[in-house]
Amino acid sequence: MTLEPVLELTNITKRFGDLVANDSISLSLGKGELLALLGENGAGKTTLMNILFGHYTADTGDVRAFGQLLPPGKPRAAIEAGIGMVHQHFTLAGNLSVLDNIMIGTEGLGHLRTARREAETKLKTLSERFGLQVNPNAFVSELSVGERQRVEILKALYRDARVLILDEPTAVLTRIEADQLFETLRDMTASGLSVIFISHKLGEVMAASNRVVILRGGRTVAERQTAKTDRAELAELMVGRRVVRPVRTDQEPGRDILTAKNVSVLEGGRKILDTIGFRVRAGEILGIIGVSGNGQAALGQLTSGLLAADSGTLSYDGHETKGFSPHMLVRAGTGRIPEDRNTEGAVGEMAIWENSVLERIRESRFSGNGFVKRAACRNYADELIERFDIRGATPDTGTRQLSGGNMQKMILGRNLASSPNLIIANQPTRGLDEGAIAAVHGELLEARKAGAAVLLISEDLDEVLALSDTIQAIFKGRLSAAVPAAQAESRAIGLMMAGIWEGENAA
Amino acid sequence: MRLERRDNTPLVLMIAAPVVAVVIALALSGVLIALAGVNPLDAYYEMVKGAFGSRLSISETLTRTTPLILTGLAAAVAFRARLWNIGGEGQLYLGALVAAWLGHSLASVVPGPLAIVIILLAGMVAGALLLLGPVILRIRLGVDEVVTTLILNFIVLLFVSMMIEGPLKDPLAFGWPQSVPVDREVLLPKLLERSRLHIGLLVAIFAAVVVWVVQSRTVFGMETKAAGLNPKAASFAGIKLGKTLLAVACISGGLAGLAGAIEVTGLKGYVTLDLSPGYGYSGIVVAMLAGLNPIGVVITAVFVAIVFVGADSMSRALGVPSFIADVIVSISLLTMLVCLLFTSYRVRR
Repeated sequence: MTLEPVLELTNITKRFGDLVANDSISLSLGKGELLALLGENGAGKTTLMNILFGHYTADTGDVRAFGQLLPPGKPRAAIEAGIGMVHQHFTLAGNLSVLDNIMIGTEGLGHLRTARREAETKLKTLSERFGLQVNPNAFVSELSVGERQRVEILKALYRDARVLILDEPTAVLTRIEADQLFETLRDMTASGLSVIFISHKLGEVMAASNRVVILRGGRTVAERQTAKTDRAELAELMVGRRVVRPVRTDQEPGRDILTAKNVSVLEGGRKILDTIGFRVRAGEILGIIGVSGNGQAALGQLTSGLLAADSGTLSYDGHETKGFSPHMLVRAGTGRIPEDRNTEGAVGEMAIWENSVLERIRESRFSGNGFVKRAACRNYADELIERFDIRGATPDTGTRQLSGGNMQKMILGRNLASSPNLIIANQPTRGLDEGAIAAVHGELLEARKAGAAVLLISEDLDEVLALSDTIQAIFKGRLSAAVPAAQAESRAIGLMMAGIWEGENAA
Repeated sequence: MRLERRDNTPLVLMIAAPVVAVVIALALSGVLIALAGVNPLDAYYEMVKGAFGSRLSISETLTRTTPLILTGLAAAVAFRARLWNIGGEGQLYLGALVAAWLGHSLASVVPGPLAIVIILLAGMVAGALLLLGPVILRIRLGVDEVVTTLILNFIVLLFVSMMIEGPLKDPLAFGWPQSVPVDREVLLPKLLERSRLHIGLLVAIFAAVVVWVVQSRTVFGMETKAAGLNPKAASFAGIKLGKTLLAVACISGGLAGLAGAIEVTGLKGYVTLDLSPGYGYSGIVVAMLAGLNPIGVVITAVFVAIVFVGADSMSRALGVPSFIADVIVSISLLTMLVCLLFTSYRVRR
């Protein structure tokens, strides 16, 4: 490395109880460098960056910025040294304007007047220089997710950050927004700033970074110049073994399981689903692709029994209705994977066995005369843990302690264990790492092979292309006509996701 | 120094937390006692003697414990389902008033034991109905039940006042605002001869066991737990939140109403406006100190009763104002909340 180092971490170790989150990690960042920190969930990426920024204090090791030792545990010192951090979950106040959010904390409380005008000028200069367009007087609550991230970056730049750390910056962005973000980051490094971004997505690491540091199990396992490596090598380094995503094989679909005809759902007078129609057959996966916030949540709730149609009809196995109930669906053999596993899929404070049986607790195998058959429930949870390879779990483990991937396996498991005839999978792999994604894909394909109809709602184009037999795009609450996956090409689907499809949506 | 979330709480810590909390609270209150010019150790000695020193004082402490267990359970059941029932006091008074009215008129119609059962059940129904209003308002219109249940306490007190000055006034009470007395037939049997302790204590302990079994062993208990901890996940799993909340409201209000009915039929025999020295509110403290655990409620109710009964005799013996009891209980709540923090978080350098 010939670049002058702006940031050096040496021998950082951090333990949480018995868990060694960071095991003597050393890292350096050169001026003008775009460094990717690649690793699966739980590899210690976020912990390392939180130590660097002073949110955590390391057990051993030290951090130097521009040659100066940073005092541990002091975010303010990190900010003053020119380090800016953009968290995965934004730290903005929705009820304040963009400018207020950016200025907050930069002025002493004792001042009677604020330098708003100067601040606005500085903000404008910054946003023009780096192409981060945003209206300084808009309220943050009115901004899209992509815009909010721009505000976060501007906030760091406003404080004269020369090193920018981004934690999973693309997790919430659409593909177009992500491309724009990396464009901006490249501009920044070209003008002398240095950037570290944390990611577990190989595509963006390959596309954007100069150099990759790969973390696994709290250690640095490798370091590569991006130009001299490839996706396969990075994947293997990150996971520690070769991961192959399962591949779909052709099969003939069976009878109609779930259909929707001209279904609309209203929310406060607005159509959140607008005369949509679809059909999922037995042994078929229908992929609904779309950019976040185009009605996927409503579609998920409608098909999971939490919302009813205001007009139009749903039909499940020939039985017509306006809406289902969770009970009815579970009894009829529907597996439901909710959009957000933490808020909808499981009660974090309850044990795994409780979450495993919660939606079927009234079945006679799990309860009788109003009393829970605790032994039977625990055995069932044990079976799920065994069969679906839920790591680090016993039936009595608190569900919150599971990693995202293992929690998702529990949710999948409790649905698949009773061989469903229909699966509603809403963003089934969001936030999961490579290994877990492969496992989830494998299970869904296995269920399809066994004759289940699968409605897959996803924002991940690769996922939809890999799994689906048929694809429909969702845009502003409307669904495009169904396109057989065999005839689908990325570009056409990209246009469909922007709402451009021929004719009106056919049922 | 910073706090980190614990993955799981060691059992030792869960038991130690309330004990440490109480010790710290006693130490802090000791400062106030010292300021009043008395050696805190002497004061606490008098307190313990006052609460345990004789057969009489033990029976008095347990008599005080009875309504505290019931109002404590009422709060614990509700809070676990994230239903913030602050109206225990009002529910208690309404239960008491109904018990006095029925106790006065029912004994001549039905035999004693049956009448007692009817009276206690009626007290529960009264308490439950009083809580249903605020809960329905919350489910339908999103009205904050903290406000509505709290305000209802004052309304109920005024209503009780109106009734015992009017239709239910005892004509033989020399003009005191006092309700008609319940018939001797429907007074609860004594648990201990020559004392005020009555079988209401057993009813309260039985209620605690039933609540524990329901919460930890039944489908209903599991569903209310899920609904309280994570309403979104619960409704995804098909649990009907409104129905669950209504059921919890019936149980919670019913327990507080039962406390009132038992005070009337077991102890006082009639309703006055000083029937309860804030049992409804103390119940909240009891429940919090117990970490919302129904069996823990029984233990913390005894503790709070000791403090109240003991403080009275301490005050008589040493001249320290008996308000110190309120201070001790309040500080215990605060220290308990702090100690609970350390059961779910650890401190790191």
